[in-house]
Amino acid sequence: MTPTPAGTRAGQAPESAATGTRASRKFAERNWVGGSFAWLWLIVVMVPLYWLVITSFKTQANYFITNPLKPPSEFTFENYQLVIESDFVRYFMNSVIVTVGAVLPATLISFMAAYAVVRGAGNRFLQGVNGIFLMGLAIPLQAVVIPVYLIIIKMELYNTLQAIILPSIAFAIPLSVLVLANFIRDVPKELFESMRMDGATEWGTMWRLAFPLTRPALVTVVIYNAVGIWNGYLLPLILTQSPEKATIPLALASFQTQFGVNVPAVAASVTLTTVPIVLLYAIGRRQLVSGLTAGFNK
Amino acid sequence: MTTLAPPVVRGQEPTRSRGGRSGSVLVWMVLPAFIMFVFFGIVPLLGVIVLSFATWNGITPEIELTGLTSWKAALTNPGLPNALWVTFLIMALSWLVQTPLSILLGTFMARQSRYRGFLAVFYFIPLLLSSAAIAITYKSLLDPNFGLGAGLGIEALNQDWLGQANLAIATLIFVVSWQFIPFHSLIYQGAVRQIPQSMYEAAQIDGAGRVRQFFNITLPQIKYTIITSSTLMVVGSLTFFDLIWVLTAGGPGDATRALAVQMYQLGFQASLMGPASAIAVILVLVGIGLSLLLRRIGGRADQSQMEGA
Repeated sequence: MTPTPAGTRAGQAPESAATGTRASRKFAERNWVGGSFAWLWLIVVMVPLYWLVITSFKTQANYFITNPLKPPSEFTFENYQLVIESDFVRYFMNSVIVTVGAVLPATLISFMAAYAVVRGAGNRFLQGVNGIFLMGLAIPLQAVVIPVYLIIIKMELYNTLQAIILPSIAFAIPLSVLVLANFIRDVPKELFESMRMDGATEWGTMWRLAFPLTRPALVTVVIYNAVGIWNGYLLPLILTQSPEKATIPLALASFQTQFGVNVPAVAASVTLTTVPIVLLYAIGRRQLVSGLTAGFNK
Repeated sequence: MTTLAPPVVRGQEPTRSRGGRSGSVLVWMVLPAFIMFVFFGIVPLLGVIVLSFATWNGITPEIELTGLTSWKAALTNPGLPNALWVTFLIMALSWLVQTPLSILLGTFMARQSRYRGFLAVFYFIPLLLSSAAIAITYKSLLDPNFGLGAGLGIEALNQDWLGQANLAIATLIFVVSWQFIPFHSLIYQGAVRQIPQSMYEAAQIDGAGRVRQFFNITLPQIKYTIITSSTLMVVGSLTFFDLIWVLTAGGPGDATRALAVQMYQLGFQASLMGPASAIAVILVLVGIGLSLLLRRIGGRADQSQMEGA
């Protein structure tokens, strides 16, 4: 227990110093409306999640007769067993392949593009490309799924995992380039200049200077894209057909039909699919912090 | 400004020569992302316009250009007015519910540094869940026979939440708020923390109470954030598909059949890709129109602030 409050306080020390302490604390004590609402909303956020987790450990018979908000007296893993036996591992692997297969190339090519856009500030072509990426931020995926579906059919990729991966990469690019370019722009010009004096090529400068310095932004971009692609529902829905190619969000919907009134099994399937992304978030948070502190210590 | 002109010109020369030497390398670096985005982003955007003037069933390879036939079919479709109304209703209600609550939460969290970290960790969780997972959770939770209401035996909770038109919309708005209020409150929290403390101290000396401080300092100071957050909410609400599709599939009847759902059903279920593309074009136009409108409001705010300074 002790490390948690200590860690929290340490993390917040610079923030409270920035806001000015005494006055803000006086305000805080009086904001009853906001305060009670913040805690109320915490309950609103947590109740469904709490219900989900405890229900996933109840037997079906037990679920119908007990208070839905009371944890089960005897934990059972039979719901998880049922979910795993329903081909869960295959759907999970499909989602892993799609997410890794899309996030890594998307981040890599976005980083290269962001570097080029920042370094080629005087190049009209590069600025035009950047303009197209910025415009791309406004294109909703939902509006272009029909032509994407047509392109995938023409490429004879329908009902494959590549069919989901390729458009996922494309739609991750605009925001990734924007975030990474903003970050690369903050790298002091002198560093680029000294790399050039040392005779480094643009390619070398990109990997040896910009890449390590951009690490916190790269982590952010990877997490953001991974969450979006892991949770994607529309692309798998329209670009695949057979159950063997289903990713997790699609599988969840079919589990619900399959399990029907077996609410604990449905709860187990949702819990099981949420764990990886919450873990990634937990790891990423720490990574983010260490990435930032590493930058400060240099 | 004129005195600065010569050094600026001189400064440009090395940049230009460097651009000439390494410019081609930079172009190669941008190409993979550019090609990928053109192929799966720009081409489909143009493609959806072309397809809206064509007839295609989505299954066989024949695509015929048929002029305005698909547009006529889309615009005279009896479902269109309802889809527009439902889309507008979801947009307006979700904005009305989310904005005040997010500002309230954000303002509180910005000041309560003791609890901020703790709250932020949990507030972030809904953002990690897929809309499909959230929809399935609420579907089970709100089930009139096996859900929370039935299990707790509380009459008020025991309604057919997703089975009646008005209740279904209300439930949808609630689930959307559950999913996104934490995110927007984190945005507002960041904005409120940017406000200089001295402004509040000055107001306090002038005898302004908390409520007046909120309306006279906090709200005007987070104007741009309100516009950014509203743009995200409003344009984002146009694209709610996963959540509605898994939660209600547009039902009961057509009570929650928004434009995106209507498009999916026309195209991928009724095999009318032409009219579905026309609806997609409407979706893009409405989205661009709304972002421009909100940006214009933001631009005006920007100008007036510059005049003030």
